[in-house]
Formats: sequence, C-alpha cells, structure tokens
Amino acid sequence: MSSAPATLAQPAELSREQLIPLLQEVQAKDGYLSQTAMTELAQALDTPVASVYGVATFYNQFRFAPLGEHVIEVCRGTACHVKQSLTLYQHLERRLKLRPDGNSADGRFSVLSVACVGACSIAPVIKLDGEFYGHLTVEKLDALLDGIDKHDTESPTEPNQEQPTEASHS
Amino acid sequence: MNRSVLIEPCCSLCTHSPGRPCPDLITCIQEGPLCHDDDTCRTLRAERLETVRRGGDGTVLFVGAGTCGRANGALHVIAKTKSYLEERSVPARLVEVGCVGFCQREVFVDLQKGDGLRLSYCDLTPDNVDEFLEAVFEKNELRNRFLYGRYGEAPGYEDVPLVADTPFFSRQTRVVLENCGLIDPASLDSALAAGAFAAAARALTTMTREEVCDMVAESGLRGRGGAGFPTGQKWKVALNTAAHQKYLICNADEGDPGAFMDRAILEGDPFRIIEGMLIAAYAIGATKAYVYCRAEYPLAIARLQGAIAQCRKAGLLGANILGSLTDLDIVIKQGAGAFVCGEETAILASIEGGRGMPRPRPPYPAVAGLHGMPTVLNNVETLANVSGILRNGPAWFRDLGLGEAAGTKVFALSGRVRNTGLVEVPVGIPLREIVYGIGGGAPEGHQIKAVQIGGPSGGCIPDEYLDVPTDYGKLQELGAMMGSGGMVVMDERSCMVDVARYFMEFIRNESCGKCTPCREGTTRMYEILTALTKRPVGEEIQRLERFRGLLHLEELAATIKETSLCGLGQSAANPVLSTLRFFRDEYEAHILEDRCPAGVCQGLRTYAIDTATCVGCMACKKVCPAGAILGERKSAHYIIVDRCLGCGACVDACPKQSITLVA
Amino acid sequence: MSIVINGRELQFRPGETVLQIACRAGIKIPHLCSLDWSPSPSASCRLCVVEVEGSPKLQTSCTLIASDGMVVHTHTPRILKARRTIVELMVANHPPDCLGCHRAGTCELADLARELGVRPRQYVGIKKDHPLDISSSAIWRDPNKCVLCGRCVTMCHQIQGVGAIDYIDRGFRTQVGPGFYKGINVSGCTYCGQCVRVCPTGALMEHSHVDAVVSELGDPNTVVVAQVAPAVPATLSLGRSKPPTVPVMLEHLAAALKQIGFAAVFDTAFSADVTIMEEATEFLGRLQGGGVLPMFTSCSPAWINYVELHRPDLIPHLSTCKSPQQMAGALIKEIYPKYAGLEDKRIVLVSIMPCTAKKYEAEDLGDVDYVLTTRELTTLWDRFGIDFNKFEDRLPLDPPFAEATGAARLFASTGGVMEAAVRTAASLAGAETPTAPLNEARGLDEVKCFTFDVGDTTLNLAVVNGLGQVRTLLEEGPADLHFVEVMSCPGGCAGGGGQPYGTEAADLHRRLDRIYDADAHAEVHSSHENQSVAALYEQYLGQPLGEVSHRLLHRTYTDRSSGVLANDDAQTKRGARAGAGAPH
Repeated sequence: MSSAPATLAQPAELSREQLIPLLQEVQAKDGYLSQTAMTELAQALDTPVASVYGVATFYNQFRFAPLGEHVIEVCRGTACHVKQSLTLYQHLERRLKLRPDGNSADGRFSVLSVACVGACSIAPVIKLDGEFYGHLTVEKLDALLDGIDKHDTESPTEPNQEQPTEASHS
Repeated sequence: MNRSVLIEPCCSLCTHSPGRPCPDLITCIQEGPLCHDDDTCRTLRAERLETVRRGGDGTVLFVGAGTCGRANGALHVIAKTKSYLEERSVPARLVEVGCVGFCQREVFVDLQKGDGLRLSYCDLTPDNVDEFLEAVFEKNELRNRFLYGRYGEAPGYEDVPLVADTPFFSRQTRVVLENCGLIDPASLDSALAAGAFAAAARALTTMTREEVCDMVAESGLRGRGGAGFPTGQKWKVALNTAAHQKYLICNADEGDPGAFMDRAILEGDPFRIIEGMLIAAYAIGATKAYVYCRAEYPLAIARLQGAIAQCRKAGLLGANILGSLTDLDIVIKQGAGAFVCGEETAILASIEGGRGMPRPRPPYPAVAGLHGMPTVLNNVETLANVSGILRNGPAWFRDLGLGEAAGTKVFALSGRVRNTGLVEVPVGIPLREIVYGIGGGAPEGHQIKAVQIGGPSGGCIPDEYLDVPTDYGKLQELGAMMGSGGMVVMDERSCMVDVARYFMEFIRNESCGKCTPCREGTTRMYEILTALTKRPVGEEIQRLERFRGLLHLEELAATIKETSLCGLGQSAANPVLSTLRFFRDEYEAHILEDRCPAGVCQGLRTYAIDTATCVGCMACKKVCPAGAILGERKSAHYIIVDRCLGCGACVDACPKQSITLVA
Repeated sequence: MSIVINGRELQFRPGETVLQIACRAGIKIPHLCSLDWSPSPSASCRLCVVEVEGSPKLQTSCTLIASDGMVVHTHTPRILKARRTIVELMVANHPPDCLGCHRAGTCELADLARELGVRPRQYVGIKKDHPLDISSSAIWRDPNKCVLCGRCVTMCHQIQGVGAIDYIDRGFRTQVGPGFYKGINVSGCTYCGQCVRVCPTGALMEHSHVDAVVSELGDPNTVVVAQVAPAVPATLSLGRSKPPTVPVMLEHLAAALKQIGFAAVFDTAFSADVTIMEEATEFLGRLQGGGVLPMFTSCSPAWINYVELHRPDLIPHLSTCKSPQQMAGALIKEIYPKYAGLEDKRIVLVSIMPCTAKKYEAEDLGDVDYVLTTRELTTLWDRFGIDFNKFEDRLPLDPPFAEATGAARLFASTGGVMEAAVRTAASLAGAETPTAPLNEARGLDEVKCFTFDVGDTTLNLAVVNGLGQVRTLLEEGPADLHFVEVMSCPGGCAGGGGQPYGTEAADLHRRLDRIYDADAHAEVHSSHENQSVAALYEQYLGQPLGEVSHRLLHRTYTDRSSGVLANDDAQTKRGARAGAGAPH
C-alpha cells in the first residue's frame, strides 16, 4: 500500500457532517426514522446505507417506530434515582400495562427512560408531552394521568393540545 | 427585546452600524459616545443603558424560567401573571430570566419598581401566584410571605437581607453565574448593559493571539469539564500548529447525570459563552466554531440560537468582527443522545456525522482534530470564565481560588440535602462547606452518608471525609474526581451497592461498544452487582457466583481502568471502587447476609402475610408479577420467598394491611 | 534511532509504531484489531497494550509511535493479567462450539486464549444472540462469533470503498452488519471477500462447497473435473520450503486432485488466453469503430457486482467478455464431453479460485457447479488426508485446456490483464508484440495510469488496484482513458478474498514475484501465440467475437442498483447516479 487508501472519503466529508442534523430533522417531522427516509438520506449524502443506519442506531434519540399519542420520559439521572424514580417507572409499568417496547397496552402512551434532563434539584422529574414535572410522587403522577385520561375522553379528536396541569392543580 | 436599542445610533453623528465594523463599538456603547463629543448624546446613552439594565421603564417582573423553574411551574406562573396584569391593566412588564441558582425555592420572581427597587420573591407556584400578585399590586404589601431578599440599596427595605447575604448565597463567590437569573438572556442589550463583550473587544483589537493565550495560561484556568487540563496550554498548542483552518468547539454535552451547571449558564447568560468563544477562537486563530449541545437541553439551545443571531446582526459574529479582521461563525450542533460524546474525540466523530466513538490520542485534537485540523475543545464553564480573566486580569482569577487552586467552580447540588441548586464557590473549598454550609445538610431527621461527586466517572465520598478540599488532585486521592461538578448527596436511605449498580448500568448503557474492556467488562460488572442486589435462588452455584463476584469486580475494575480506550472507560469503575473502599460493609451485608442495610434493594426484601388477618381475597395474588403468592380463596395466603421480586405490589393491593416488610 | 524493547535495543524508522518494530524483531504482541492494510488502527481490541517506562498508563503499541530512547516492556505480569482478562471477556461472550467451527485450527481468538492461559467460564451472563446470515451464495455471517475487532469494517470502507457492512447499535449490543439488520445479499456487498480474509474468528466465512464437492466425488454417476485459477498455484507454492514454479505447482495440484477423485484438471489460465483474444479484439473494435470508451475489464466478479449494484451507469463501459472462470466453464461443458467421449455422463465442474465472488458468479451464470476458495482447498486436502506441502507427485494438466502462456499467468496479479491485453492488442493492430515487462502496470500502487503506443496510436491506460480506488480514478484520473483494468482485491487475485487467512502485504509481494517469474520463464508470452487457443478458434469458435464465441464467451449485465437495501416501508428506487465522475 503505497499511500493512504482513504482518498475517496475526502470529497464526501463536508456533506457527511449534515447527517445527524438531517436525521434529527426527519424525526422531528415524521416522529421516527423510516427505512425509506434513511435510504434516501444515504443517497443524498453519498454514504452507504449501512453507515447511516449505524449512526442512527448509535444515538439514543433516534427511534425506528412511531410513538404513542402521549410520551412520558422518566429521568434516570442520579438525583432522580436517589429519590426513587424507579418507583415512578414501576408505577407507570403497572398502571399503563407497559409492553417491553415501552408502549402501553392500549398504544396511547410511550414511556421512555431518558438520560439526566438536568433538573436534578427538583428530582424526581418526568417529562410528559414535552413539559417537565418535578418533585413527583406516585400520587402526583396519578393525578397527571387522570387529567390526561379525562381530557382524552372528553375531546378524543384533539389529544395532546392542552396542558394537563390545569386539571391536576384544580 | 430582539431589537437592539444600544446598538442603534444616538444621533446622525453616530457612525456605528453593523456594516461598518469599528474597534470602539463596545466601549462606545458602554462608556461612549467616543465617535463624537456631545453631552446630550452621552446622557441619552447613559439613560438607555440604565433602562436596559432595569429591564425597561416602570414596573418589571423577572421570572426565573430556566428548565428547573419551568419544571416547578414557571410557565404557568407567567401565564397566570400575564392574564392578571392584562385583566387589571397593570402597567408592568414580564421578563423571563434564567435560574438564579436556588432551585429548591423556585419559582423565583423579582419585582423591579420604576425607582430601581428590586426585591426577590420565591416559592411561587401556579397555585399561589394569584395571592402574590394580589399582595403586590392590590394591597401594596411588598413584604409578604414570599419575600426572599433585596438587591442593591432598596431604600425603605434595608431590614430585608440582601440576596447575597442569605445563607445559600453568602458563602458563594459568583463569577460565572453573576448574571444568571438577573439579566434577560434573550437580549443582547441586557448583556451589553451588564458589561458583556468589553473583554472580547479588548482582546480582538488590542492584544495579540499569544498575549491572550499567555494571560489565560497565567490565570491558572483549568478545564472545568472534568479532566482539568490547563486551558492556556491547550490554546497555545493549537495556536502553534500551522494549518489553513482551525476550529473551536464548545462542549455543552453535559451528560453526567446530576450535573446541570452548563445548562443553567447557557439558559441564563448565553452571551457570556459567545464572548468566551470569541476570545478563545481569536486566541487560537479559529474562524469556525461549534457548540455541541445535548438535545435534552432545548431551552439552552433556543437561548443560544437567539444569542448567536443577535450577535451576527450586531456584527459581533461574522466577518471582520469589530474591525479586527477576525472572522468567526458559530454553528450549533445538537447531540443526539450519547453520553460518550462528552469525550473530546467522540464529539469530533459526532460532528463529522459519524458514530460518536472515541479514537486513540495522540494526536490530540489541538494538533489534529475536526477534519484533521487543529481543534480546541473547551467546556461551557471554562469558556464562561474567559471574559472575566481578560477583564480583571490573571492575578484576580488566581486569587479567587483557595491555596494553589485558581478561580471558582460551579457545583450542582442535589439529592438528599436541604438546599438544592447551583452553587459557585472558590476552587479548593472543603466539600463539607458546600454540603452543610450552603446545602444545609441532610433533611430533618436524617444523616448524610456520602456525597457522590464527578458523576459516573467519580466516586462516593463518605461523610467523615468531607473536609477534603475541592481540588483536582485531592479528590482523585479519594477515588473521586472533580468531574463536571455534579454533586449528589445521599443519606442513610441510599444503598451504596445500589448506587454502584446504578452507575454501572448507566455506563454499560452508554459505553460506545468500541473497545473490548469497556463494552464487555462493564456489562459483566453490572451483572455481578445486580446479582448482589438479589437473593440467591435455590442452587448453591448462585451463592458461589456472588462470592466470586466480589473478586471479579476488583479484577475487572483494574483491567477496565488500565486498558480502556477513552476516559469514559478508564473511569467507569470508579463508582464501584470507591464504594468498595468506603462501604465494604454494605457489600458484605448483601453477600453474606442477603441483606440490604438501607432497605433499597428490592430483590433482597422479604414480605410476609399475616395469616391471622388475611381474608383470602386474592387481591395480592392477582397483582403479583412473579406468581410468588399462593393460597385458595377465603383461606390465608402465603409468599414463596424465593420467587418474590420484592416489588411490594401486594402491599398496595391488600385491603387488610396484612402484608408487611419483614427484612 | 533506537528503542529498547524487553531489554533488546532495536533500530527503527521514523513514524514506525512499537508494534511494527516488535513484530519485526520477533516479539509477538497479541493484537486483533490492527491490520497492516490500514494506516489508521482503530485501537479497539486493547490487547497490544505495553508498558512504557516513565508513563504510568498502559499504552496500545499499535498506536504508539516510537521515539528515540523509549524503553518498552511487552510481557510484564501486569500486562499479561490485563490481556488475559480482556480475552476472557471476549470468550465469555462467544459461542462455545469451537469443535464444530470452521475456524477450528485457524481461529485467532482460540490461539490467544491458549497463549494467555484463559480460564474457562470465568464470567457468566448474557451473550450475543443474533441470527445467522446465510442469505448469500458467497459469504455467510455468524455475528455471534464476532469480537468486534472492526477489521472487516476497515476493509469494506477504507480499503474497498463499498460500505456494505458497518457497526450497528451501541455498547454491548453493538454488532457489525448490513443496514436495517438485513441479509448480506441485499446489502450492496460485492462479495469481494476481503472481510472474510481478515476475520480473526468464525464470524465471516465463505459459503462452503467442500461438503458438496466431497459428495459429488463419491457419486459414481458423475465425472468431476476441476479448473485451477493461476493465483492458486502461485500462492500454494509458497507453502513449500523451496517454492516450485507455477507450472510445476499446477502439476502437483493436478496429481493431488486426481488422487482424491477428480477425472480431469484444467488450467484456468488457458481460458485467460481466450479472454485476451476476445477482449483485445473487442477493445480494438471499440477503438476503431467509435464504441464506448474507456473499456473496463470484466474478469473480476466483485467488480462486476460493484458496477451492477452501485454504478450501473458504467455498464456500457464493461467489456462483454465473461471472466476466465466462466469462459472455461462454458468451453468445458460444451467441448470436453465430446472430446473425452463422456457425452452420456453428468459432468460436474469445480473451480478452485482465490475468490469468494466467483461463487456468486458461478451461480449467476451457470456452467460452473462449485467453487472452492484456496482456503477450502486446504480443507479438502485435510478431508482426504493429503499433506499437500509434502505431496511430490506430478501429473500434466488435461487437454484440450492445458496450455497457457505467460500472459495468462499474469491474470493473477494487479495489472496482469492489462499487460496481457496490451501484448495481444498490439499484435492484432499490426504492431510488434512487446516483450519487455510492462512495469507501469505492475506493483502495488493503487492507481496506475500510463500511456502505450500501438503504431501511431497512443493509448491512455489505467490499472485500478482494489475496488476502493475506482472512485479515485473516476474522480481524479485522466478524462480520456481508453482501457482500464479493475481488479477488486488489493494486489489482484493474489490478494483475493478466498486466499489464506492472515495474508499480509509482504505475502502479496512474494506471490506477485512467483507470478512474474512464471511469465518470465514461460515459453510463450502472448495469448495469440497459444497454439491450443489457435486450434480452438480454428476447430470450434471460428474467430474472436464470432457467432459461437458470442454464445459461449460473452455476457450481458443487469442494473441491480434498485435491489440495494430496498426497504420494507416502501419501494424506493436507488436509480443510477448522475455520471458526474464517469469519463466520456
């Protein structure tokens, strides 16, 4: 081997830098990464599909199947752990009858356990449909979920629009 | 406040515009005008500055709405306040600010009157905010149950303590956090009025690159991300490496669970980071910079995006910044969820669009980094210190620290401690001072057992060792490390084997999988620790494995530490090693007695059914996930201990309270 | 400059790693991930750690650049313990079926375990549990045996530029495989087999035909014949202390193969001469008749796969000639039964090739029934109790496909097809047949561009050494090329994906020397001077590109690009890329 054989990687490098932002964009739009989307991205960036898939599966953020209507992210940071976040997770497991993939039996909820969200001072924390809730207990969690259930039964066509806290605070 | 009042010309004589880069722009804004001599203009500018500083004319409410504030209901507090003000036509402005640091007492709201009086209120919630507003705006009761302290002179309220004099803040030295929670993080003007960019302007227009590097080196600033490499030295390596393109990367991938300093700084004072980056980029000769920020921090990213856009518009980023012929563009790269991407070579791989797997060093990134070009990676807090050093000099910075150490360090205090939040203290201060002095010690009726410092790479320091100074070397001697600054306090309710297992699970999930010892070894260590937290079932072999496990833990820890490719792996065993060192008795209780002294490990819990009160309703049997409960309807049930997972579901289900924890 | 390793002072050249210096000095430092094919080691296996005096940490010797005066220890108790633990961790996550593994005896992991004194069943816990991938006719994968050293990924991406497999998932769940966990058959894999050649364990393997061949040999109703590719004798000759010449080695091979039941053994080099007749004629036709240029050679089946899967826009540039294996297949099946009076028999043709892609090619085009790689041939010897390196019998190869020229022998090396074609093309064009070695085409440079005068015409020629260099040529090479040789494997067939495990760059040089030597000592140097070939054309084929040769010796190509990881959720066409880099 007389010289570095990696020359062919050079021209592709600039566009390759866009891969992760593009995957994030696709997921933001579609909710997950479909094989079609990844294949198309691979073509656009002139990168092997295996590599695109390799990158996508490396990062926690990317999902390969759609999520339920409501997404509950349970923080698995240290402070939350010390303050019994596992109890919250187990409670969700029971109440929502979670399947191994983290989706509830009725498919309405997806429960994810996520890396520290950086709100340790008010642990334990969950993120429900994009909004943080701190100092949680099983009772407070139940109140939140009851609020969602009530809301969804009353206006089943428009789930996820209004924040459920109003219900829990009233 | 996206329109910059301060950048606008004061009169037709004023020549400043983003299209005409001028070295004096910042001085002109903050102390000027310099371009023409006119007392009217001077007054006008001083007034503008003052207005901006106050957040606007008249009454202003500053609401602490960082991520932590929001999790405590800040957005609902804001919504309720807004509608309150609208309904009653109260002429008051609302400004969202970052976290002041005392997260325990959030939501914080500062009331600023037109005359400059600024009072700080805390413990607000969506439920009680109406009471607060009523007190302030209807009853004019500024001294109410929410009052926390005052800022500045505050005539008539001298008896109210200064915020800085309250127990939580009085032991702190706020340098990096000086503006957090006080200024509007969405406004360049607000930052300029607080003195931002004066240091950058000085560096870019009056100093050589070498001088800037020297000054930072002299200050003794060390990387605040964990490893503590001298920052000035790193810059010099990159500066002295010839290349047609150099890069600066701000590492905002704050992945340590229990650490949130960088998030708070980015949310509360993003312009400080941009200024630090501007100085650093100039010092090493980089024209392109990245902020690699984890996607879990959407607010920080939004704040930063807004700040970058405003700086571009004002000519503080882009080409020929301040007429210094320095170019800099900053791009935000969002992490996609990988702890290992806090490692500097993994960040490079990730920015390049690949799997965030570390590569061997040398070559160090400062020599050959992004796309093979010299690249300096600095952590958020490190960069946040740079403008202060330029402004006040290296000696000032050195003096901030205790003993040999220089500067301050921000710690994120959380866990079983009375006061949680962000604390900034001189480097070298004893841990006890932070945990007990600022944090207030354990909650009522409890006893601090250990402080976990340094996240998954750090260790647990027992209470009796808390007099150790927060010094890079001293902490390492105790098997912990400074780390990024996460500090989780644990009391007797925490099981140290469980804590070790928690961190091992974390590392195992976050190992990139590239090198063998980390990929395979952390999984085996996790499995051994998991076995310790469960009762051995049936066969002798399992009991034997648990004994062997302790030996294996130490052997694996040594190999992983010695042979892993990157810092993540090399430090992966620290939480286990430090708990083994200081809490061996707890391990022994788990192994020899099948007992968790703290009662945390579910798998070692034993429940029993009181046959006298059990009515045989079968409620417990139905909920038991392991099928560990036997018994016929209407006759007493019993639990098969070997099958029981210790989840306690049966306890909740029993209508007669017949089930109790026996061990 | 010198360093001290284990007390021995050793000289080194600037830039050399401690691992390289130690290897040269006969100090064996275990290593799984580094490859002398790649300039940038991944440093992932961590087995090559050493102690450097003055440095508290262990360092990987594969990345440690030596500096003057450095003092290194490679086998201290501390290091031995660390290495053993690492291998124990690998073993703990490895299937325990060593006895039934095709790598038994050649497994690098097993060697390491033995060398380091690995204790059995040290760690218990979860293990990889992935399905076998037997989707392709050429390469099989067993991800459970993978130790994630990454050599295959390096070969597939850095060296071959294909990228059919990559690391997938993270941490303990990491595996190497095609996108979406699909089969290798839809991954865009060209079956070059470079990954198999470097795999240290049984994770990657050729789809073995050994059992099938053994069973055919035992069937009284079939006549099993073999053809042997020119790289095979060149490679096997190096297994003997005094390497025989290629023709002698072929005779040893013929004798051994006949001993275990083959009825006839033919020389694939014969059909290489036929290939040159057809290809040179085709090239002159394109040159003089305004056909599509540059013309690319078509001997290397992985290259054909690469074009059909990844660059269908290049299909018109491919020579329509079948590869020598397939020409031989067609000729043997067509002519040999009549020639040998075996028309009532079932003829089974087994190719012995340095190549894994030939397995796919044989299945795709027919005529050849089984393909054995050089490695599988060794297994076949073992099966029949032949100690081949001591096997002294010789038998001549079988007519009518026995005679081959020096030009045909060169087919086993990078640049060889070009050199052979130039000789014959010059002659066909009425110029003098060149006799000196075409040094511009020889050697291991990655892309070799040069000109060659045939009469008044100056031909722009290029030789691409390895698939990874195709892009380099198309993107950076000259625009007005006439003729290009592409061999998929670095070094040509001598470095083929079916060649022995552990082939290093130095081995390639030795094999190429054998091949050049075979040409230098050949009686006939140019394909058009091969008398048997001339007779074949006279009696059977008529003339190159004639009607019969069209039927037997030429082929068509298919655009298969839309089948590359065609996804589950919808049909997407991968469509031919714009021919930005394609010349003309």
